[in-house]
Amino acid sequence: MIPALETRNLTKRFGSFVATSDVSLSVRPGARHALIGPNGAGKTTLINLLTGVFAANSGQILLGGEDITALPAHARVRRGLSRTFQINQLFADMTPLDSVMLAIGEREGHGRLGWRPLSADRVVADEAAALLERFRLADVMGSATTLLPYGKQRLLEIALAIATRPRVLLLDEPAAGVPEEERHEVLGIVRDLPADVTVVLIEHDMDLVFSFADRISVLVGGALFAEGTVAEISGDARVKAIYLGEDA
Amino acid sequence: MSGEPAAPSGQAAALLRRAERWQLWEIALWIIAVAMIFVMPSHMLILTEIAILALLAVSLDLILGYAGIVSLGHAAFFGLGAYSAGLFAKFAITEPVTGLLFAGAVSGVFGLATSFLVLRGSDLTRLMTTFGVAMLLAEVVNQTGWLTGGADGLSGVTVTPILGLFEFDLWGRTGYIYSLIVLMAVVFISRRIVNSPYGLSLKAIKRNPTRAAMLGISPNRRIVVIYTIAAVFAGMAGALLTQTTSFVSPDALAFHRSADVLLVLVIGGAGYLYGGILGAVIFTILRDWLSVITPQYWMFWIGLILIVIVMVGRERVTRWQALLPGSAANREAKARAAALAAARDAA
Amino acid sequence: MLTILFDGIAYGMLLFILACGLSITLGLMNFVNLAHGAFAMAGGYITVIMMNRYGISFYWCLPAAFLVTALAGAVLERTLYRHLYGSPHLDQVLFSIGLVFMSIAAIDYLMGGQQQLINLPPELRGRFEFLGVGIGRYRLFVIIICAILAVALQLALTRTRFGSQLRAAVDDGRVARGLGINVSLIFVATFAFGSGLGGLGGALGADLLGLDPNFPLKFLIYFMIVVTVGGTSSISGPFIAALLLGIADVAGKYYVPQLGAFIIYAVMILVLILRPHGLFSREGGR
Repeated sequence: MIPALETRNLTKRFGSFVATSDVSLSVRPGARHALIGPNGAGKTTLINLLTGVFAANSGQILLGGEDITALPAHARVRRGLSRTFQINQLFADMTPLDSVMLAIGEREGHGRLGWRPLSADRVVADEAAALLERFRLADVMGSATTLLPYGKQRLLEIALAIATRPRVLLLDEPAAGVPEEERHEVLGIVRDLPADVTVVLIEHDMDLVFSFADRISVLVGGALFAEGTVAEISGDARVKAIYLGEDA
Repeated sequence: MSGEPAAPSGQAAALLRRAERWQLWEIALWIIAVAMIFVMPSHMLILTEIAILALLAVSLDLILGYAGIVSLGHAAFFGLGAYSAGLFAKFAITEPVTGLLFAGAVSGVFGLATSFLVLRGSDLTRLMTTFGVAMLLAEVVNQTGWLTGGADGLSGVTVTPILGLFEFDLWGRTGYIYSLIVLMAVVFISRRIVNSPYGLSLKAIKRNPTRAAMLGISPNRRIVVIYTIAAVFAGMAGALLTQTTSFVSPDALAFHRSADVLLVLVIGGAGYLYGGILGAVIFTILRDWLSVITPQYWMFWIGLILIVIVMVGRERVTRWQALLPGSAANREAKARAAALAAARDAA
Repeated sequence: MLTILFDGIAYGMLLFILACGLSITLGLMNFVNLAHGAFAMAGGYITVIMMNRYGISFYWCLPAAFLVTALAGAVLERTLYRHLYGSPHLDQVLFSIGLVFMSIAAIDYLMGGQQQLINLPPELRGRFEFLGVGIGRYRLFVIIICAILAVALQLALTRTRFGSQLRAAVDDGRVARGLGINVSLIFVATFAFGSGLGGLGGALGADLLGLDPNFPLKFLIYFMIVVTVGGTSSISGPFIAALLLGIADVAGKYYVPQLGAFIIYAVMILVLILRPHGLFSREGGR
């Protein structure tokens, strides 16, 4: 079976600092794959390499068997690789409706210079409305993004990634910073992601990781330290020593 | 439950339509502009000047207000259009509309060629390259005196009646109507562009290029396209100047013109198309008034206005546009103010 | 041939002194100060007024030009510039264009629009032959002064306590403040010094470059070329860029006058395309 996402000996250096060291990772289609590791382990750097924010120094990235190492970020998205950001990357004074319309419209290739007004695109508008409703954003679709509560912004962050209809979705700490009372909404959305979407999750919340993931990779110092099922990792004494022990 | 899912989609459609609707003040503005033909028949020349400046400012708004590219050399396209129209009339066809399209095309090709310069680097490199390109063109005009008349300008440009029907009159009435129609057409086209999915992607690129790329948008291609379109419009503005004055001077490429049009946009507010028009009206009236008081030194006051606007804060100066009822600027200004406040709290 | 080279070096050295203030504000303080030429012009006019109206010796005018423009720079930094350090580049551009416009109109109003001439002291006039190279005395004088300044500047930035404090203040103002460094004092001192250098350059250049109210705009492109081509991460980058520009400009005007400034603009754009951070900067640096 071709892995949904695969890296081969991926390495990234910033000057003399090795942020990602010889990482070979394989994620099977439909997986719920968690990426954990102490702060500074290079989790976000790895995501940035996968999505093309940074260029790798060496190694390969394959999406569904296709080498995407040299592709720019937007081309990777078009091939079905999408992500959310640890720190919200939204369009501050645009509305959730506009943001989602944009994401869907771009997926459908409507974003090239055109004459048709946004409102003429009923199919996209309907899909946007449905998506907003699913993400509990329907009631605020017309207000500026910055005015939304943080939890709602977090939901929009995920909604935008989903709107591109990814085959592989990378979630970078989706629940980070969300107040307790809004947290269950975000986590519910993450749990309810379509089963055919491969999900790679970075998360610090071990409860969430253990309940959500079917496979876990542990990253330490930029290198892959351990990989296995939830049971294997939670039972691994070395992982506990390095990572879990530190957190507890 | 079954009726519920339709509600958000209806709400979405209504919201989208509302954002695109022609606002009352927009219609009023155009009515006033047309009415000027009859109300102020003795002021046609300055009204023409305003229309041309407005056209240039609208074209700059497309790249500054929508794509977020700071240009210090927008006069390059204006000047190129002006000289293209002048030379075209002199050596080829004297009919103005043909000349207008020719100038737009030349300028557009130049815009396309130079658009790749604004893709890389920071604001600063963009400033420098746009500035450099404008200086380069000015130098070309200066050095090719045999063709362009050099520092003396290109004279002897004859313009025949528009489409062979409407002759330019002494009072500039035809010139104003002609310029106004071009301005209206350009604003109409720009309006369609910014309200399309493409326009939405531009706004997104300006606000957050990282995220825009993560939605599958290739920012570079979008910017090249809008930069080229803006160059076409700016070139047309230059052509209008040539055709309504029958003369082109190197002043069309001068640095102060790039600075002026930035100021126009700052006064009127960027990012909603009409800022260029309102700014052009205010700027031209202000300049005329100042140059009556201090004939030679109005530059001083323009400089002072720039400094005051920046020190007070551009957001605050252009806040009055938010008063325009139901305008997109109104809503955006509110959001922007909130965003600023939030950013200030965070900092 | 060598005479042209010599003239070019003198011109380049002068451009370096004129532009390095800009390089400092731009590179270290990240402020796009298009009004830098206005400070240089002020230095030039101070010299003209002191010499022509009050008959003060040229040698006294140079430090005076430096001090007065430095003071003006300090005052403007305190009152206006410092509010814009965090602003978008567009605001900085608009603000400094405003300053340029005001300075042009003000000088035009006060001094008239004509070219200003100064009478250099007799020992600086004329040329002498040295190994077959025609050497202008004044140009030699300019080269010597500028070379001393360039070396002093390089040492000041890399070897002194002030230099390291400045770099700390720029790298992270908050941390520097935490270390007890008076960041705002450092900024005002740096800005004043940069403006003063511009003023000194303007005074030295009054004879070589010409001086009229349009000076800030006319030479803006040259300053910008020096800074963009040289990069802003060091002093040596702009220095080399200024020398190359000076030599190329003098040689170009001598050999191919019909091309004018064309080549220089084209080269600048080319450099910006190929090396957006400057010709001599390490790629990926701040």
